[in-house]
Amino acid sequence: MEAATAPAVAAFHVTKKFPGVIANEDVTFDVRVGEIHALLGENGAGKTTLSNILTGLYRPDEGWIEVGGIRSEFHSPRDAIAAGIGMVHQHFRLIPTFTVAENIALGSGHDPIGGRFDLAAVEDRVVELSRSFDLPVDPRAKVWQLSVGEQQRVEIIKVLYRDAKVLIMDEPTAVLTPVESEVLASTLQSMARSGRSVVFISHKLGEVSSLADRVTVLRHGRSIETVTESDVSALAALMIGREVESVSQSSAGIPQRVSSTSPTVLEVNDLRALGDRGLVALDGLSIDVRAGEIVGVAGVAGNGQRELVEILAGLRRSSSGSVVVDGENLEKGSTRHPIRLGVSYVPQDRMGTGLAPDLTIAENLALKKYRYRPVARPPFIRQSVIDADGRALMEQFDVRAPSEKTPTRRLSGGNVQKVLLAREMSNSPKVLVVASPTQGLDVGAVVTVHNLLLEAAQSGVGILLVSEDLDEVMALSHRIAVIYEGRILDVIQREHADVHRIGLLMGGELEETA
Amino acid sequence: MNRFRLRLEPRSDLPKWLPWAVPVGSFLAALVAGAVVLLITGQNPISVYARIVDRAFLSQGAFTGTLISATPLLFTGLCAAVAFRIGFFNIGGEGQFVMGAIFGSGIALKMGADAPGVLAVVVMVLCGALGGGLWGLIPGILKARFRTNEIITSLMLNYVAAVIATYLIFDSESFWRELTGSGAVFPKGKLIPDVAWFPKLDLGSIIVPFGFLLGMVIAGWLFVLQRKTRFGFEMRVVGGAPTTARYAGMRPTRVVIAVAALSGALAGIGGAVDVGNFRHVLDPKGLQQSGFGYAGIVVAALARLNPVAVVFVAILLGGITNAGYALRGPDFPAGLVGVLEGLILFFTLGGEVLARYRISRTVRLGESDKALEPA
Repeated sequence: MEAATAPAVAAFHVTKKFPGVIANEDVTFDVRVGEIHALLGENGAGKTTLSNILTGLYRPDEGWIEVGGIRSEFHSPRDAIAAGIGMVHQHFRLIPTFTVAENIALGSGHDPIGGRFDLAAVEDRVVELSRSFDLPVDPRAKVWQLSVGEQQRVEIIKVLYRDAKVLIMDEPTAVLTPVESEVLASTLQSMARSGRSVVFISHKLGEVSSLADRVTVLRHGRSIETVTESDVSALAALMIGREVESVSQSSAGIPQRVSSTSPTVLEVNDLRALGDRGLVALDGLSIDVRAGEIVGVAGVAGNGQRELVEILAGLRRSSSGSVVVDGENLEKGSTRHPIRLGVSYVPQDRMGTGLAPDLTIAENLALKKYRYRPVARPPFIRQSVIDADGRALMEQFDVRAPSEKTPTRRLSGGNVQKVLLAREMSNSPKVLVVASPTQGLDVGAVVTVHNLLLEAAQSGVGILLVSEDLDEVMALSHRIAVIYEGRILDVIQREHADVHRIGLLMGGELEETA
Repeated sequence: MNRFRLRLEPRSDLPKWLPWAVPVGSFLAALVAGAVVLLITGQNPISVYARIVDRAFLSQGAFTGTLISATPLLFTGLCAAVAFRIGFFNIGGEGQFVMGAIFGSGIALKMGADAPGVLAVVVMVLCGALGGGLWGLIPGILKARFRTNEIITSLMLNYVAAVIATYLIFDSESFWRELTGSGAVFPKGKLIPDVAWFPKLDLGSIIVPFGFLLGMVIAGWLFVLQRKTRFGFEMRVVGGAPTTARYAGMRPTRVVIAVAALSGALAGIGGAVDVGNFRHVLDPKGLQQSGFGYAGIVVAALARLNPVAVVFVAILLGGITNAGYALRGPDFPAGLVGVLEGLILFFTLGGEVLARYRISRTVRLGESDKALEPA
C-alpha cells in the first residue's frame, strides 16, 4: 500500500475478550485521511472497547492496527499519542483547579510539574489552535469555571496540541445542548478539511447520518459493514439487525391530554435549594403532575435536575418552597416520608443509589419493604418471603437472571433497570419520579422501560420524567417542562411541542414565558 | 521473542470454594514463609511446627491453655469483624478492651466480697460492655456526625485508654490500686473478690473458661443478628451501599453509631472476661504487652469477618500463642510467634487480592502475530 492512499488508521481482525465477554470479535475497519467516520452501534456493541484499543488503552488479543499503512503496536496511550491518535473521552479528564493552558500542557512533554516551563507559549499556541478551528476558549480560565461544552473544546484542543492526525470522540454530543452540538459539527468538519481524520462514536442515528462521510456499524462486538449510507432507517436496521420500533410508535397509544379533572398528585412550589458546591441549584422551581400524567423535564444536565429529584426522594433538603404529595406536605430531609406518601423514585445512578450491588435481586426488591410485615416479623426478616416475592416480581417484570439470589452487580444494564422499576412500581405509588430511565440501555430495553412507564401512567400514577434525552421526553410526555438554571422556563403541551424551540429553551436562549 | 506478563483481572464470578480456599491457602503460604525464616535461623521447620501443634493442641493441658489464650482474641476478633463488615474500620479494639477491663474490675471491687456470685459475673460482663461500648461510641459518633476518619480516632483512643489504665495503677492512689502489703512498694491493682472470679467448666481433660463459652454464644448471636434480622439487613446495605441505604429510608448514621458501640462493647466484654476469668486484677502492663486488640484484627481478617469463623480462628491463633509461651526457651526463637502471626496477616490480606482478582498470563505480540491463549 502506498503511503499517500493509506488509511489514516485501520484495524484488522481485532478481537478483544474479557472474562465471560467478547467485546470485539474480528473487527476490521479503516479511517481515511480527512474523513469523518462514525462508529455506530448500540450500547454494548463494542464501540468503546474498539476506541480504547485504537488509543492504546487495551491491547488486542488478536488482530492488529495500522497507522498510515504501517503496522503499529501500542503498549500504552503514550504510544498512540506519539502515533498521532488522540481521544476525547465521554467523561472529560481535566483537572478543575488548573487553567485551560495548564491542563493542555499537562502530559504533553511541557509539564508544569517538576520545573519551569513556558506557560505563555502554551497559551499562545492554544489561542492559535482555537482560532484556526473555531474553538473559542480562554486559555487562562480555570476549568471548573467552564461549561460542559467549553470543557469539551479544551479536550479537543488538548488533542490538537499534541499534533494528533486522528481524533477519536466517544459520544461527543451526549453532554451538549442542540446548539452546542451544531457548533461541534462545524468544528469537526473544519478539522476534516485540514486533513485530519475524525472518528466519532455514537448511537444517535440523526447525527451519524448528517455528519459522517462513512459509517462503520458494530453489532455484538463485530463490525457488520462500513457504508456511506445516510438514510436513518437503513442505518437503524443495520445497527440493531431489524427494523426499529421507534419511540414515538411505542407511545402512540397515549392520550394527548390528561383530563383536567384528574387530581394533582405532585405539586412543587417555588422550590429553592443549593447544590453540592454551595451554589444555587434550584431557583424558585414550580411544577405539578396530575394522576395518570407524564410530565417530562427536559434540560441539559446540571441545571438542577439532580437536586430536584433528590429533594422529592428526601435525599436533599430544600432551603425554601414546598412539595405537596396528594395533598400532604413532604417533610424535609426524611427519606421515609416520601416512601410512606407513595413517592417512588428511580434514580439516575442505578447501582450507586438505587441498588445495593452485593445484595441479591430478591433482597434489592425488598429494599423498601424489609421493615414491614409480611417481609419482617420484628426483629427478624423472613428470607423465604423475600425470595418468594423476588421470584414473583422477576417473573412479572421479566428480569432475566440465573436466580433471585443472583447479586445485582452481575446484571446487565437493562435488567438492573427492570429490577429498579419492579421495586418502585410494585408498591403502588402515587407519584413516580424517574431520572434518565433509559440512559445506557440498548434499544430493546428502552422500549420495555418506556412501555412500563406508559402502563404505570395509564393505571393512574403521576410520573415526573427527568431526562437529558429530548427524544425520550418528547415521545412519552403529556407536558414538557424545560429546566434551565434551576427554573422551569416553560411548560409545553405535547401537541405544541417544537424541538427547535425546546432546544433554544434548554440552552437558555429564550426568555421564560411560563 | 514472546514475553510473558502477569496481570490481574477482576473476577467476574466467585466459585463457592474460593472464600474458604483463599484463607486456608494464605495460612499455608505463611507457614512456608515461616519455614524459610526458621531455616535461616538454623532451626528445623518441621520439628518446630510439630512442637507448636503438640504444645498448642495435643499434649496434656495444652488445649486448656489454648482456650485461655484464645478467649481475648475471640472477643477482639468479633469486635473487628462486626465493625469491618459495615466498613467501619474500628482499630480501637485495644482501647475498648482496656476500658472493659477498667469498668469490669472497678465494678467487681465495688460490689465487694458479699455480692452473690452469679450477679457479680453478670454485672461485670455488662459493665465491661458498657465501658468498651462507650469507648467505641466516640469514633462512631465522630464518624457519623463529622465524617472523621475512624481509623485515626479509634487508634488514638487506644493510647488514651492505655494511659488511663496506667494512671489508675501507677500514677494515682485510685480505687483500683492495691495500697497495702507489697502493693505499698510495687504499684499493682487490687485483686477482685473471689465471688467475681468467673467459673470454669471442667470437662476432665479440658477446662473451658466461662469467658470462652460466652464468646461462642455471642458469636452465634451475632451470626443470627447479621443474617436473620432487620438490623442485620440494614447493616448489609449500609456496609455495601450507604447512599442506597439512605434512599431506601434507612438511617445509615444510626446504624454506624450502633455498630460502633456494639463493636466496642464486644471488646469491652473481652476486657471484663480477661479480668474475671484470668487476671483477677487490673494490670495495665500485661494488657499493653498482649496487644489483644490488634491481634483481633488479624483474627477477623482470617475469618473473613464471619463471626462463627472467628471462634475457630481464635482457637488457631490462640494455640500458636499458647505454644509460643510454652516453648519459649534457649532453643526456641522468642520472636517466632510474632513473626508467624505477622506472616499470617500479611498473606491473608495479600490473598484477598486473589479472591477478587484472577491472575492471567498474557503474551506480548511477537513475530508470530498471534497471541497465545492464556494458559
